[in-house]
Amino acid sequence: MTPIGLRERVLGRWRWMAAEPGSASWYFKRDRLAVFSLIVLAILIMMAVLAPLITPYPEQGRGSPSIMDKLKPPSLEHPMGTDPLGRDLFARVLFGARTALIAGFSIQLISVLLGTALGAIAGYFGGIVDETIMRVTDVFLAFPPLLLAMTIAAVLKPSLVNSVIAISITWWPWYARIARAQAVSVRERDYVRAAVGIGVGDRMIIIRHILPNLMTPILIQATLDLGAAILTVSALSFVGLGVPPPTADWGAMISEGRIYIQNGRWWVPTFPGLALFITIMASNLLGDGIQVVANPQLRRGSQ
Amino acid sequence: MSRIEYLARRAALAVFVLLGVLLLTFIVSRVIPGDPARLYLGSRARAEAIQQVREEFGLNDPLPQQFLRYVGSTLSGDLGYSFRTKRPIVEDLRTRLPATMELVLVSTVLAVTIGVPLGVLSASQAGKAFDQFSRIITIAGVSIPSFWLALLLQLLFFMTLDWLPLGGRLSRDILLTDPFTQVTGFFLIDAALAGNWEAWRDALWHIIMPAAVLATYPISLSVRMTRASMLEVLSETYITAARASGLSEIEILFKLALKNAIVPTLTVLGLVFAFSITGAVLVEIIFSWPGMGSYMLNAILSDDVYVLFAVTLIVTIVYIIVNLLVDFVQAALDPRIRMGGGSEA
Amino acid sequence: MSPASAQPLLAIDDLHISFPTPRGELRAVRGISFQVEPGEIFGIVGESGCGKTVTGRSILGLVPQPGRISGGRIMFQGSDLTAMSQAELRHLRGNRIAMIFQDPSAALNPLFTIGQQLLGIMKRHDPGKRAGHLDAAVSLLADLGLPQPESLLDSYPHQLSGGMQQRAMIAMALAAEPDLIVADEPTTALDVTIQAQILDLLVALKEKRGVTIVFITHDLGVVAETCDHVAVFYLGQIVEQGTAREIFKAPRHPYTQGLLAALPSPDAGQDALKVIPGSVGDMVGDGVGCAFAPRCEFRMPHCDRQTPTLMPLGGQQQAACFLYDEIGEGT
Repeated sequence: MTPIGLRERVLGRWRWMAAEPGSASWYFKRDRLAVFSLIVLAILIMMAVLAPLITPYPEQGRGSPSIMDKLKPPSLEHPMGTDPLGRDLFARVLFGARTALIAGFSIQLISVLLGTALGAIAGYFGGIVDETIMRVTDVFLAFPPLLLAMTIAAVLKPSLVNSVIAISITWWPWYARIARAQAVSVRERDYVRAAVGIGVGDRMIIIRHILPNLMTPILIQATLDLGAAILTVSALSFVGLGVPPPTADWGAMISEGRIYIQNGRWWVPTFPGLALFITIMASNLLGDGIQVVANPQLRRGSQ
Repeated sequence: MSRIEYLARRAALAVFVLLGVLLLTFIVSRVIPGDPARLYLGSRARAEAIQQVREEFGLNDPLPQQFLRYVGSTLSGDLGYSFRTKRPIVEDLRTRLPATMELVLVSTVLAVTIGVPLGVLSASQAGKAFDQFSRIITIAGVSIPSFWLALLLQLLFFMTLDWLPLGGRLSRDILLTDPFTQVTGFFLIDAALAGNWEAWRDALWHIIMPAAVLATYPISLSVRMTRASMLEVLSETYITAARASGLSEIEILFKLALKNAIVPTLTVLGLVFAFSITGAVLVEIIFSWPGMGSYMLNAILSDDVYVLFAVTLIVTIVYIIVNLLVDFVQAALDPRIRMGGGSEA
Repeated sequence: MSPASAQPLLAIDDLHISFPTPRGELRAVRGISFQVEPGEIFGIVGESGCGKTVTGRSILGLVPQPGRISGGRIMFQGSDLTAMSQAELRHLRGNRIAMIFQDPSAALNPLFTIGQQLLGIMKRHDPGKRAGHLDAAVSLLADLGLPQPESLLDSYPHQLSGGMQQRAMIAMALAAEPDLIVADEPTTALDVTIQAQILDLLVALKEKRGVTIVFITHDLGVVAETCDHVAVFYLGQIVEQGTAREIFKAPRHPYTQGLLAALPSPDAGQDALKVIPGSVGDMVGDGVGCAFAPRCEFRMPHCDRQTPTLMPLGGQQQAACFLYDEIGEGT
């Protein structure tokens, strides 16, 4: 009986691999690009976590200069060449992945928590609470997002934490809107009304009934926006309002490389940009695939 | 009459949002930093200078009073002084705004004229090879960092091929030998008005790369949004009903569906504008385009924070107006728009 | 017009329609044959998912994507629709076959006025002077019992009530003076009182204008009031057909009997039917045996092994059920 139990347990764990035709995971698996991008993202995360083990120059990745080797073109020893301070560019790109991913995920986490909480409260209570919260989101949404983040980051001191804060402030209203819309529709359902009827408290209803119903649309949107969050962080770094040196950051590295391309040192901005592009592209493909799966209306066009 | 009521409500909301925007920028600029005078003068300022600025700007007054003064002066067109250029910010923006708007306008026109037809095509081919291909290309288009794409294009078209200029709006020799009067501030228009075709060609050559980079995101965005709203419309019963009454696919696509899809797609226009104008900040920096983006970068480099607020405020106001215009056009196109509508969020 | 006996207006012969799905081929329509005489109302009755709507669409060459006609013929006025090119079909749709949809608020384009939509069809059908069309449109709308037809032409669909929308939809179907109208649940989305009015209108159209109508519905009661001939659909097959009188007087197939028994209290009957197993999933695969067997109270062992075909039962009535196998042999 143990072999059967074991086999079932193993099969059970991998059941999603043999997804039922027509089910959501079945559709997702048919979207080869989305599956591929999920793998790319997983590899990127692995490389970021294991960065010090992958590169022979972890110290340079963290920022120590090596002036003797400055601006060397790509070679076997330095596959992406070296930067103006002689640091191995591949090591810098690896450590830059840490910055980008940490920042991207933190922005999404903060905005989702803040936006979902406020949106759920607005949608559930309605009335003046709703009106107040939603008008505040209107004001935030009136700003072109990058500009507001730039000004806030400029008032705060440039740092990773501050750029994450600055972007999150401009980011949460989108989630508040989605959460509110969802909360409004859940509030009208019979089982929520029944819960209100038998005297269940507001906090309990929000936690038990409203929040679980918000998670799917919010998580889809969060996946969709991950790429944009990483892009915005690097844009802030690019204009000098992000992570200060010597921490590796792709946006800052591209900015730095700008003046070197005219001397033919094309590799300085090219490789960090490529890493940034691949990361954002993978997140966006993943988000697109998930959105198609979650929204059957779009499936028609995705096959 | 209900439509007028609807538009009145949108306009009232826009005014409300504008006040909110002013309040938010006021809080961020005057309250959060602790000492706005120090923020204004930068971290290396001397104590006397800071005191003088406090007096001059009434920073010792109570906050509500300061806010009212801030709203008043902003609405009357006074955005304060640039610490770096020692000039009123409005004066500096007067020459820089048209430069940015020229870029943004070209990019928006490209987004609409290229993006919308490609989106229609993509929807009509849903699932087929062209649609798959356009999905990858447009996702790449919204994923590629503009500031990196700009560098790649410079590497290719300036460094390697030497076909296009590296940056700027006009070549120096044109500026020196063959200047033209600036009427609109849009060089492509001004040079044409002056009949100075050499300068016109030069201006065109200079705008190609920045406009192409800037338009990449908006074009991709409008392809994707047009495709999505077209797909939604094409699955409606009234499209089947139109087929049942004998319309051809071409007629259905371009006479019916596009009209139905253009209403949601118009929302793209507002978004495209917002993305173009923020994208312009980054693109201008790389192409040394003398617009608001470069102005902002200089301000960042010299700690001239109030310039950032002024530019953000101007851009946001333009953005609010653009969105209001989009609302108006949508209301004109869609007879169903009713009062209280638009709260679809 | 030719006499009713000469040639049927529409003759469907062993029609098969299938949809590719992730789980295999979904056979929505599996070997259907029936004939519609000129000037009659032919009823198609069945639950949702029985293939009645797809059959209706196929008559206009509009089987929804990605479905396709996988066998059989649709003969309309002597020519086979399944063999026609898109251009030929389009000509037919514009001029000789029209369709009325279930939900008029969805089937009318919200961004065009009733006049724009109606006159558009008239112009395509008969390119002539606009003024002539305008008069025709006004009198058509008036004929259909719509008040103030002139001002109606300038109205947008959302400004009309549901009943008025459906009348406008019917006007559009009539605009090109078609020989055949396919009406897919034309009253389902309407209030009960409006339903009765629209049904009366359809019967009046048949009697006054000689319009032929294929009437698709899930409601047997509606069929009794309007139709001349009826075909009862179950999971993509016809289980019983005949004149409306025959079927209501003496339903033979257990499914028809069940439907009729459910009629007196429509609400309870509807619910009871929905509970019975037999979902769309059963339409994938070969489906040996009687499709209704799992729900049938007279189920016999060979019902699962053999597929019954329509058997004549006297008059025009036919039923696909082994209960009448012996009877058929006996006579």
